[in-house]
Amino acid sequence: MKVLKLAIKNSFRHSLRTILTIIGISIAVMSFGFIRTVVTAWNAGVAASASNRMITSHSVSIIFTLPISYRDQLLKVPGVSGVSYGNWFGGVYKDPNDFKNFFPRIAIDPESFFSLYPEFILPEDQLAAFKKDRNACIVGQKLATEHGFKIGDIITVEGDIYPGTWDFVVRGIYKGRDATVDETQMLFQWKYLDEKVGQTQPGRTGQAGWYVLNVQNASDLATVAKTVDDMYANSRASTKTQTEKAWQQSFVSMSSAILTSLTVMSYVIIGIILLVLTNTIVMATRERIREYAVLKTLGFSGRHIIALIGGESMLIAVAGGAFGLLLTFPATGGFAKAFPTWFPIVVVEPLTIALAVASAIVAGIVAALFPSMRILRMKIVDGLRTIG
Amino acid sequence: MALVTLENVSKSYWRDSLEIPVLRNISFEINEGEFLGLMGPSGSGKTTLLNLIAGIDRPSSGRLSVTNTEINKLSESELAKWRSKNIGFVFQFYNLMPVLTAFENVELPLLLSKLDKKQRKEHVELALEVVGLKDRMGHYPKQLSGGQEQRVAIARAIVTDPTLLVADEPTGDLDKVSAEEILNLLERLNSEFKKTIVMVTHDPRAAERAHKSRHLDKGELS
Repeated sequence: MKVLKLAIKNSFRHSLRTILTIIGISIAVMSFGFIRTVVTAWNAGVAASASNRMITSHSVSIIFTLPISYRDQLLKVPGVSGVSYGNWFGGVYKDPNDFKNFFPRIAIDPESFFSLYPEFILPEDQLAAFKKDRNACIVGQKLATEHGFKIGDIITVEGDIYPGTWDFVVRGIYKGRDATVDETQMLFQWKYLDEKVGQTQPGRTGQAGWYVLNVQNASDLATVAKTVDDMYANSRASTKTQTEKAWQQSFVSMSSAILTSLTVMSYVIIGIILLVLTNTIVMATRERIREYAVLKTLGFSGRHIIALIGGESMLIAVAGGAFGLLLTFPATGGFAKAFPTWFPIVVVEPLTIALAVASAIVAGIVAALFPSMRILRMKIVDGLRTIG
Repeated sequence: MALVTLENVSKSYWRDSLEIPVLRNISFEINEGEFLGLMGPSGSGKTTLLNLIAGIDRPSSGRLSVTNTEINKLSESELAKWRSKNIGFVFQFYNLMPVLTAFENVELPLLLSKLDKKQRKEHVELALEVVGLKDRMGHYPKQLSGGQEQRVAIARAIVTDPTLLVADEPTGDLDKVSAEEILNLLERLNSEFKKTIVMVTHDPRAAERAHKSRHLDKGELS
């Protein structure tokens, strides 16, 4: 206990150096936590995917649509217990250069959507109102908060994929069942899209961007995918059916180089923590060689010396780690606020916290290793001769 | 009765492949209760001899027995334990821990004992009283004069009640008045508390205080 007290006192002999080291470790730990959280946020859609949902889209690209007539055929596929569909609408809301104005706008079928996506919670009366009005839409709670949308408000969007000026009336505000559900989307009636497109571009009606299949048994997933894709193999709109997770993953993989770079960077940061701390501990130990020699002369064992050097190293590492973790939360919070719709789910995962803590602890141990070994191997007479 | 026995003790250092002999076939005894002064010019090997007796260095050859223990046969950990029980050190430059108070510095060797906090406090206060610094026990080394620092170092050396006290140039870094105080204290520890003391010095006035003197020259006793 007394040795620990000496380690604590030693830590602050050069208070400026110790504080700068702690700040350095804090920034590194915060950066590590921040980068990992960003990577996690990027993968949030994959993580939130349901295991019983499959997506059928055009086999060439998502930009090609599928006939709406597929819906009834898909419902008859063995193993499929429900089918819904949707279209990416796109469009421009207010100033397109403002990040917050970019949020997903998707045409859905309100009759089937909510049974396939039970994680979207919408009050009964609002659901009824949504179904009733053709130009009704619902928005996520986060999106509503961000833009101040209230029920009855009109959201005007300038169409790009579907040209024209589109007015949507907010009839509901949905909430997610948990933190992994995206609350930044605007969902509106597919029929509204179909009917309005039909007025100006009759050739584009009756098209769905993708189908969502509900498959109750996981063992049927592969069979369903094969059956569906075989059904349309020789049609004008052949399909690609995959699990929702794989579908989400295909979007994320477009940014795989960035994600890999970020992940590598997060581990490089751990190396930086180690170097910063090792530098401080090596300097501190070198300055005190004579004192360690005196302690050894007095009868202090290798165990005590390790406790002294290791204690000091751990103290600085843990202080830096704890402070860095505390900073991670406001940093990721700021990031979430800056890009609410691009990264709708920004959560510092328990694994990230555990890794950050473990990194700090491992750095504390490793940084003390070399100086401890040096002092343990040092002959007392050599240590006493040292002018520190 | 001999407390320290050296028989044909030699010590050499190696610098690359070059052997540098420091002590050659040293044989002598130090009796219990003796106050021995080891004298000699710089590089004569007196500090090396003191280090061997204190068990912080090992002879290259010969037999070395201190407190009836052949210390060159002990392992490093056994030697560390032996030192903590039998040897008290006084260094030329005091070597106090700057972050610890006088009390905490003196308490350091007791942390290796089985004494509880209260017992440690009693021992530390007694040691500081002996050296006349009980009123300065809350002071840090930088708040003390050189003579006071050396007295704290002596208190640290005697707090475990060691069999043998070794002092390497204890007055070497002090002014005349402080040096006198330290020598008086060492004399008192020897006469009043019956401590066996081995003191390395090249100061003839300091050597005069010892009951017996040994002279080393080029690694040999003269």
